[in-house]
Amino acid sequence: MTDQLKNSPLSAASVEGLGRRYRAEKRYRFIGFAAVAASLGFLAFLIIAIGFQGVGAFFKTDLRFDLDPAAVQDSGGDAFGLLRSTIRSNLEGASSRRAKRQAYGLVSSEAEEQMQALLDAAAETNTNPQVVWVSASAEVDLAVKAGIDALINAQDKDAGLTRLSDQQLRWIKTLEQNGAVRTRFNLGFLINGDSRDAERAGLGGAIMGSLFTLLICLVLSFFVGVMAAIYLEEFAPKNKWTSFLEININNLASVPSIIFGLLGLAVFLNAFGLARSSSLVGGMVLALMTLPTIIIASRVSLQAVPPSIREAALGLGATRIQAIFHHVVPLALPGMLTGAILGMARALGETAPLLMIGMVAFIADPPSSVMDPATALPVQVFLWSDSPERAFAEKTSGAILVLILFLILMNSVAILLRKKFEKKW
Amino acid sequence: MDAPISTDTNLDASPTQEATTEMNIATDTHTSSIKMTAKNVSVFYADMQALKDVSLDIIENRVTALIGPSGCGKTTFLRCINRMNDLIPSCKVSGEIKLGDHDVYDPSVDVEVLRRRIGMVFQKPNPFPKSIYENVAYGPRIHGLAENKEALDAIVRKSLKRAGLLDEVEGRLDALGTSLSGGQQQRLCIARAIAIEPEVILMDEPCSALDPIATAKIEELIDDLKKRYTIVIVTHSMQQAARVSDYTAYFHLGELVEKGETNRIFTAPQHSKTEAYITGRIG
Amino acid sequence: MVDITGALAQKKNRINEQAINILLVACAAAAIFVTIGIVASLLFETIRFFKEVPILDFLFGTNWSPQTAMRSDQVGSSGAFGIIPLITGTALISVIALSIAAPLGVYSAVYLAEYAKPASRAILKPMLEILAGIPTVVYGFFAAIVVAPALRDFGALAGLDIASASALAAGSVMGVMIIPLVSSISDDAITAVPQALKEASIGLGATRSETIRRVVLPAALPGIAGGILLAASRAVGETMIVVMAAGLTANLTVNPLEAVTTVTVQIVMLLTGDQEFDSAKTLAAFALGLTLLAVTLIFNSIGSWIVARNREAYD
Repeated sequence: MTDQLKNSPLSAASVEGLGRRYRAEKRYRFIGFAAVAASLGFLAFLIIAIGFQGVGAFFKTDLRFDLDPAAVQDSGGDAFGLLRSTIRSNLEGASSRRAKRQAYGLVSSEAEEQMQALLDAAAETNTNPQVVWVSASAEVDLAVKAGIDALINAQDKDAGLTRLSDQQLRWIKTLEQNGAVRTRFNLGFLINGDSRDAERAGLGGAIMGSLFTLLICLVLSFFVGVMAAIYLEEFAPKNKWTSFLEININNLASVPSIIFGLLGLAVFLNAFGLARSSSLVGGMVLALMTLPTIIIASRVSLQAVPPSIREAALGLGATRIQAIFHHVVPLALPGMLTGAILGMARALGETAPLLMIGMVAFIADPPSSVMDPATALPVQVFLWSDSPERAFAEKTSGAILVLILFLILMNSVAILLRKKFEKKW
Repeated sequence: MDAPISTDTNLDASPTQEATTEMNIATDTHTSSIKMTAKNVSVFYADMQALKDVSLDIIENRVTALIGPSGCGKTTFLRCINRMNDLIPSCKVSGEIKLGDHDVYDPSVDVEVLRRRIGMVFQKPNPFPKSIYENVAYGPRIHGLAENKEALDAIVRKSLKRAGLLDEVEGRLDALGTSLSGGQQQRLCIARAIAIEPEVILMDEPCSALDPIATAKIEELIDDLKKRYTIVIVTHSMQQAARVSDYTAYFHLGELVEKGETNRIFTAPQHSKTEAYITGRIG
Repeated sequence: MVDITGALAQKKNRINEQAINILLVACAAAAIFVTIGIVASLLFETIRFFKEVPILDFLFGTNWSPQTAMRSDQVGSSGAFGIIPLITGTALISVIALSIAAPLGVYSAVYLAEYAKPASRAILKPMLEILAGIPTVVYGFFAAIVVAPALRDFGALAGLDIASASALAAGSVMGVMIIPLVSSISDDAITAVPQALKEASIGLGATRSETIRRVVLPAALPGIAGGILLAASRAVGETMIVVMAAGLTANLTVNPLEAVTTVTVQIVMLLTGDQEFDSAKTLAAFALGLTLLAVTLIFNSIGSWIVARNREAYD
């Protein structure tokens, strides 16, 4: 074999079996690449699927109806009656009881309030309104976004594409042809409270709830976490007690989040009697969960401060506490903040422990204090995802997009912070 | 292939030195031929030039020692020979290194074939965390050199015997390679290298991590191995170079300053830097 | 005079320092109190639970139906609290998750550590980490809305009867979630294998994949195994994905196409909605919580120990 090799060129052709080995090499490399591609492909698929479904939640459909000046005069401020008569007069064939009910079903329950607002404004300025724009119902909203023509021409009426009747679809078609249908940015989705009506439901309450919860969580866990890290890194003697503490913290970091919910239920609610469903308790539970993360991150950033800084301060006659709080902690602070933000991002996405302490109820009014019953963004996702109404599927995806947007924001801030204060000692 | 070296004046920049050097090598050519030639080899790591225009012949069945102070480029040169430097992305090699008639940097060259023909022993013994047997059998297995278990056993035993290790590990071939002493580990690595029947063995300071007794054993082994193999050894110990090598090349700051028969280099160095180094003034 | 003020200031300093010291120790001890709180509250309620339901019935019972009846004369009025079907359900979903996460995670790590150029590694690795940063409720929604129906339709095409809340749907999505966990620990283990070993193999003319398969992976195996154990602990404790995509009723089976329920799902089921705090139902949730804590703690301790030992081996 060797003799045969000796004068041959140094290429694969000269050695039997090498081609097979090279194919194996290529195959192996491809498997590795495929594994990465599959994982990232799933990520892309998830984001695109949810993005497509959820983008509609940020837009809503309005319908325009022409007002009869005489009817406005006669209404005497009765917005409900005026709305109904206006709808009837605008839609052809809305005379039978059934047809009337279908006609009223085109608009949202919000429409009456919108009509009332219009009447109030008209009375104040003493003008005579010609048209009224009111919110469409959730089914109409979905139908308009899907395309009315497609639904009218759909072969399979039972495919569950829409719950609107042919009559309703034709009315919308006519309105569309008259330019009486518009789609606009749905600000209400971001500021309204929750509602049973999909077109009125918004994330305002959930966002406030999350904000309160995270605030409580940050205040509690950051202070305690940083102090604990300073103790462990700078003062703790090397003994069994300290290593027990360290093992304990590492174990806490891996306890399933739902266990923290059980703790909150048993201790904060049942033993301390704090308000169920409140963002105060939610924040406390998440603080316990985030504490290990913040301790670990803070220790790492304390370790990164070189001993020469401590020595310099001590050499000037500072006490250890002075050296640490005047010199070391300020230098480690950006790293600690980065860790805290990442911990908060994790807490923001956490759902299971909040379910345990009852932050999972239908709450229409946004909370105004940390003691009020509240939900949080991920809990809202969970609640909406459970709703049988089709329109809520769009809302759920929309809420996920908002949640992910907040996560991206927080992570970007953390990355920027790290970049800005990154020091090479 | 068998062309004897005569008066290849390209080999060095300064012709006056060259004449003497060549003369010394030439005295040996009646028994040996050139195994490898390096011509104008330069190496860059990113922008840093590690090797400047090195040309050197490596004689078959002889030991060539590369010596010089640390950072002089001797290890870089060694790792160019079997293209281990390919592993460093920023490393660029220019010039020509030939094994027989074939340039090892030719695009058609497969490094796996090249490295089978030019084996390597590293500075620190690096046995795989497997049994002694598996360590030696690894190379023959991946290259498909043994038809069956018996053939593989034979290769393993032969290689261990040539590496002078068989007697010491007889009966415990399934013990972990990492459980051996440092010197034994290094001989295991040599056995592993010769199990695939290379033509050239590169040794990168193979004794630097070993005690004097283990070092002596390896040196004996090297002396024995050169009957079959061509050996290039990097060493920072001049005594070792003097003991084991037939030819010596002295590197300084990336340049090949002087080369020739070991006896001649150590008794009558012609370059002032070489003299300074071997007398201990550059270290 | 000067001396006296100096001494006073020092004394004041010392008192302040003492106070700060006490504060620091107290904060560090908070972690201990959290642990004590967790263990004590779970243990306390669990003991009360075992006064109503015998511990052996809980540990070895094969029937789980905690719905206590409205009237006391109904059949099964006391409810059945056998944890075995929950354990098998949890194990089934975790095994499915790991059989997706382990190969994808390990091969991703191999590619990133051994093949990818530094520039693409710097991009691909953080992108992979995003998978771990997505809230689990999002995965749950995705599993329930996209993956489960797709699997069911696919099953119908292939003539298989796949439940709409199949273990396969929840498990596979959970598997994707824990890929980054497996890959980052495997990556650490692979890069910890000394360069000298890789060079020894490459110096013998081995190709890159031969070196990886025969030298690098065997040496990194303990670290990878530890990482997979940590991932298993994560899968066992995961809640939202299974709450949203797995079954709600206990089902003692190992068929991945059927719906099974898990320990975490049952904790949520028992504790959401109206409940009196002292009923066996709510107490059962704490017993399940204690079981979950014990299992995850064991997995974690062994996993971290293996990972740490493997890291030391090459330091």
